[in-house]
Amino acid sequence: MTTAIEVRDISKQFKLYTEKQTSLKERIIKGGKMPYTPFWALRDINVEINQGETFGILGRNGCGKSTLLKCIAGILKPTTGEIRVRGSLAAMLELGAGFQPDLSGRDNIFLNGSLLGLSHAEIEKRYDAIVAFAELEDFIDNQVKFYSSGMYVRLGFAVAVNVEPDVLLVDEVLAVGDASFQRKCLDHVRKFQREGRTILVVSHSTDVMRQNCSRVMVMNHGQVITIDEPGEGIRVFLADLLGVGTLEHSESGGIEGNVLAIGAVHAEHGGSGERLHLYPGESLTITADLDSLAAVPNAMATIAIHGDDNELVFASDPDDPMCAIEVPEGGGIVRFHFPEVPLLDGTYSVSVGVRSATDTAIFDWKDQVTKFEVANPGRATGRVRLLPDISFRLRGLGHTGEVPAIGAEFAPAALPGWEESTA
Amino acid sequence: MSLGIDEPASADSEPERPTVIGGSTRFVPGQSNDRVTIVNGKVQLGQRLRDLWRNRDLLVLLTRTELKVKYKESVLGYAWSMLNPALVLAIYYMIFKVISRTQQPHFAIWLFCGLIVWNLFNNSAQSSTTVVVGKAGIIKKVAFPRELLAMSTVGVAIVLFFIQVVVLIIFLAAFQLVPDWGSLWLLPLAFIALLVFTSAVSIFLSAVNVYLRDTQHLTEVALMAWFWLTPIVYPFGQLSAHLAKYHLTWLYLANPIAPIAMTFQRVIYNQTSYTNSLHAVVPLLPTYGDGWYAGMIGIVFVVSVCLFLLSLIVFGRLEGNFAEEL
Repeated sequence: MTTAIEVRDISKQFKLYTEKQTSLKERIIKGGKMPYTPFWALRDINVEINQGETFGILGRNGCGKSTLLKCIAGILKPTTGEIRVRGSLAAMLELGAGFQPDLSGRDNIFLNGSLLGLSHAEIEKRYDAIVAFAELEDFIDNQVKFYSSGMYVRLGFAVAVNVEPDVLLVDEVLAVGDASFQRKCLDHVRKFQREGRTILVVSHSTDVMRQNCSRVMVMNHGQVITIDEPGEGIRVFLADLLGVGTLEHSESGGIEGNVLAIGAVHAEHGGSGERLHLYPGESLTITADLDSLAAVPNAMATIAIHGDDNELVFASDPDDPMCAIEVPEGGGIVRFHFPEVPLLDGTYSVSVGVRSATDTAIFDWKDQVTKFEVANPGRATGRVRLLPDISFRLRGLGHTGEVPAIGAEFAPAALPGWEESTA
Repeated sequence: MSLGIDEPASADSEPERPTVIGGSTRFVPGQSNDRVTIVNGKVQLGQRLRDLWRNRDLLVLLTRTELKVKYKESVLGYAWSMLNPALVLAIYYMIFKVISRTQQPHFAIWLFCGLIVWNLFNNSAQSSTTVVVGKAGIIKKVAFPRELLAMSTVGVAIVLFFIQVVVLIIFLAAFQLVPDWGSLWLLPLAFIALLVFTSAVSIFLSAVNVYLRDTQHLTEVALMAWFWLTPIVYPFGQLSAHLAKYHLTWLYLANPIAPIAMTFQRVIYNQTSYTNSLHAVVPLLPTYGDGWYAGMIGIVFVVSVCLFLLSLIVFGRLEGNFAEEL
């Protein structure tokens, strides 16, 4: 396998001037030296990206990922180290960078194409494809300054992808235009992948990384944290850098006038090892400590789970007889066991409550008292882990045993406990 | 190695590659382009020159863009490019012909010969100081040989030069003045030397002004002084005796624009002296043969090439931090 991009010991120092002095007088007064604080945007980066690979760089704002991309593109010169790029390279750092507002779309295609390294003849050959891709046939002779922002980026994207480089650098620009254009952009990226071109994507969107990349590099403070498969890389990014996730333990507790109060709440996963996160499909156990001044014979334990964006993912049925608990005086431990957690990536918070079964009285409610994190080593995205059983048959042959008719599996009778609760 | 969720097969084992849209080229990784680009802190002169050559289409396009943007939506368009030189010509003509009463025949043609040379250099050097600073948006986002921005100012100046040449030819026809056809071959040589020298100066100034914004103002003043150190309005012949007395002729001719302007005057104006009303011969230009002029241009050319390479090195050094400084 050939290496497409080889980054060797790259460091980049920026000089942060307290106040920028660029006039001769000030320089002479200061004796030619300007006070600055050195800032290392990149520190000893080493990475090899293979030909045909789609490689992602993940990191928070200011971690140096864009600086690295600019160094690879040749826009910035690294302070030390060397980068070797095999084949032609095009960088999409900003769509439509270099457009001249006063010129027509046609002129700008030629100008931008040339800036990206195409000769006049090459652009002429691709011209029709670019215009068609940008869907700007009717406006191509208008000045670009009259374009809407959507038209502007569409034209920029169309030129950039039609350059057809061996190596494409992309910086957060895949999400442009409306939904159908975005799909077109992604299709084009997929086509590049199939053709064996090398793509380097910089993003802080984990979904883009998971769906498109073969490997990701996680950066922080100008240094490489890890280079790994997307699933593991994203987990490291979320856990180490954002400082979220991990199974947390709440400390609050105590009785405040109520008969019954919830103390410490714990979350535990059923997987092996010392992981602080669980994988989709693993079991999860939430335990809550209950303190009680008197015996509460007919209490109901309830649980709710919220996602990162505070969206309710699940709340237990408050009337489900399964939730009924009998709490003796002094309390005990209530245990919620999920044999299988069908959730994908994210940090989820758990709320636990105890209410009366006979009336609407709530003994205690601990809102979002603990958290657990789900890290997905696979490539599926979204919130819920559904496991579709996919098969194929020819039309007209009727149903076979392998493919149950839609609805059969989801008939009420198939759901355990359904008949009892409705009966 | 998998490439995407919809592409389980490895790219390397895939025998049939889809045709690329927009062209009939088939992409085969590693074969279409085996050139390796190296990015590091050093300046590679060879690679720079190769990149300049490879991007020559871009130079043409940048020049055209510059011109289009400059004269777009103005009613007179390119006529504006003539207005400034015409006014300068008219003023000097008035001062020297009407007020100072020079007896030099066809003084306007004489002025014109030197001015077209000077205008090319002056236009390019002046606008080069701001070209990199003004294009900060592109420089921060797109990688291309940025020297081309500076060289595009030379491109614009060349176009304006030829517009003026057309007007000069009309003048020559009107005054029925005949250039020295036998020495005409000197003009292309002088022109090429002028282009190389102007490019060198423009590339240098465009990079320096990023770091020292005084450069653009300093250049303005320096160009004014430079103009009067060049035999454009006055003939070299009037100065040569004084210069020779102090052995300063070489210093005066060290100004690369001087021999170029003199060559243009020699070939187009085609007169090395004239006789005034007192029957005294007034020298205008050295009376040596074409060999002397060719030699002078040769020296200018060699020096200019050296300066050009030097300016590329300086530009390369300074370019590394353009994206941060702008």
